[in-house]
Amino acid sequence: MSAQAELAKPALAVKPPMDIRALSPYFFILPAVLIMVAGLVYPVTQAFYLSFYDWKIGTDFDDAPYVGMRHFLRMVADPDVWESVWVTVRFGFWTITIEMALGVGLALLLEKPIRGASVFRTIFILPLMVSPVVVGLIWRYLFDARIGWINYYLGFIGIEPQVWLGDPELAFFAIVFTDIWQWTPFIFIIVIAGLQALPSEVVEAAKIDGVNWWQMIFLIKLPMIKSVLVIALLMRLIDVFRALEVMYILTGGGPGRATELLSLHIYNRAFDTQQLGYASAISVLLIVIVFLLSLAILVASNPMKDKSDV
Amino acid sequence: MHADGLQSRSNVFSHYAALVVLSLITLAPIWVMVATGFKDDVLVQQKEPVWFFFVPTMDNYAHIMTRGKFDTYLWNSIIVGVASTFFTLLPGGMCAYALARSEFRGRRFTANATLLVRMVPPAVLAVPAFAMVVTFNLNNDLAVLIFFYTALNLPFAIWLLFGFYKQIPVELEEAAIVDGAGPLQVFFRVLLPLMKSGYAVAAIFTFRIAWNEFILALLLTGRKTRTLPVGAAGFITDTGVEWGRIMAMGTLIVIPPLLFTFFAARQIIAGMTAGAVKG
Repeated sequence: MSAQAELAKPALAVKPPMDIRALSPYFFILPAVLIMVAGLVYPVTQAFYLSFYDWKIGTDFDDAPYVGMRHFLRMVADPDVWESVWVTVRFGFWTITIEMALGVGLALLLEKPIRGASVFRTIFILPLMVSPVVVGLIWRYLFDARIGWINYYLGFIGIEPQVWLGDPELAFFAIVFTDIWQWTPFIFIIVIAGLQALPSEVVEAAKIDGVNWWQMIFLIKLPMIKSVLVIALLMRLIDVFRALEVMYILTGGGPGRATELLSLHIYNRAFDTQQLGYASAISVLLIVIVFLLSLAILVASNPMKDKSDV
Repeated sequence: MHADGLQSRSNVFSHYAALVVLSLITLAPIWVMVATGFKDDVLVQQKEPVWFFFVPTMDNYAHIMTRGKFDTYLWNSIIVGVASTFFTLLPGGMCAYALARSEFRGRRFTANATLLVRMVPPAVLAVPAFAMVVTFNLNNDLAVLIFFYTALNLPFAIWLLFGFYKQIPVELEEAAIVDGAGPLQVFFRVLLPLMKSGYAVAAIFTFRIAWNEFILALLLTGRKTRTLPVGAAGFITDTGVEWGRIMAMGTLIVIPPLLFTFFAARQIIAGMTAGAVKG
């Protein structure tokens, strides 16, 4: 045995350092990693870099003056930036609260597997498959002050026609409403999947112990799908900070800044008021927020973590 | 027992009733778009909504197909969608395979970093992407759009395909390796055929994002390289919105995602819930 081991040793020593088998994982991940670094990581570093320059559209970047931290100092004191942060927080609060309440409530009521469930599920994912531009267009038509269907039907219950997208409060309501229409089904589907993945023994055992309907929901079912709820919540929260397309079409962020979510604010700063450098500084703020939320998701659930890592 | 049976029957009925109402709420706005696309201007401008009973007209479709640059937009959207799907799935699949199967230094870091960059907001990409187009004079080049859609889609595709690779028993590969197959042969000859449905789901998600995306497309395309969503938004003008035409255009844009949904709803839902619900 030991003779064999000694024979094996030198063989290992002359093993070529560039073993194709050992390197092959790197070869497999390299193309994807290169594209992601070039297309996602590099632009993010560029956003940092550009935030130190006062670059305006139509001018050469080489002529753009270096301004150091001035954009960041300006941002901290800029009421417009904080207004749009506040709009985003309010938007996130209302949409996510209502979507979670509706989605979880409906899922608890309708969790029992029934015949034809897949047909309904197919219908419920449609709003998520439709292009955000199209979602914006549809609701812009429905909320139209003159020919919008919403004003018409509200007339039946005695509500005067409203200029939905022209009034700050009503426009905010409109984007919240649209988001609820689009995303409640997402919560509903995720929570149903979580509920149906629960081990039936637990539910049966609780029934035998005589827990009532409320106890079943609040003491057993919801606590058991807590991780599903937390991840759904965090995913929606990140989406709130990434979203801009529906609002771009629906209101453009207006009137004033009433519906200008942070992402849209950055876009409008960069390409409407043409301050590329200042917009980059604000996008650094956005990156930090989204990065922190993403870390929270990673801690809550890492789908690519091995079971042994737990 | 009898009473129990009756009760559950009425429960089933209210269950269905609730689902039907929710479905109608979900579908109504989409139907409004489809219907409006087939209405003439008088009907569109009329205050009283008409849901179903009107004489449909093809005028809006005729207009967008002949007057606008619909064929150019359509062609651009198809190129961008197909190319970015291809360029996402090939490297994405390879990366997911390595992450699912091999132990190597930096594996955990790569997996975590992939999940983090998935969340990069498109608005953050906008300015640097614009800078790139200006600096290298890449306006009117679809390749820029394909590149950014590929980068945006890769993290999710890797995540999705990772799960599919995990489901394939390792023994299959081990048997192939014993038979003398190299890593590339194992990947292309043994695993790829088993991954068909996984790649189909990833392709649907990737194509859909590229097909629907608006804000980067608006920024990075010129007159000749506009995609369909940018073309549709072009019907909003300073003088007003041409609702009939815009809704016809919207209906056409929605067709591919709708087809995907009807043919692969189960897989799409599996993809959407993959992050939250562990199997």
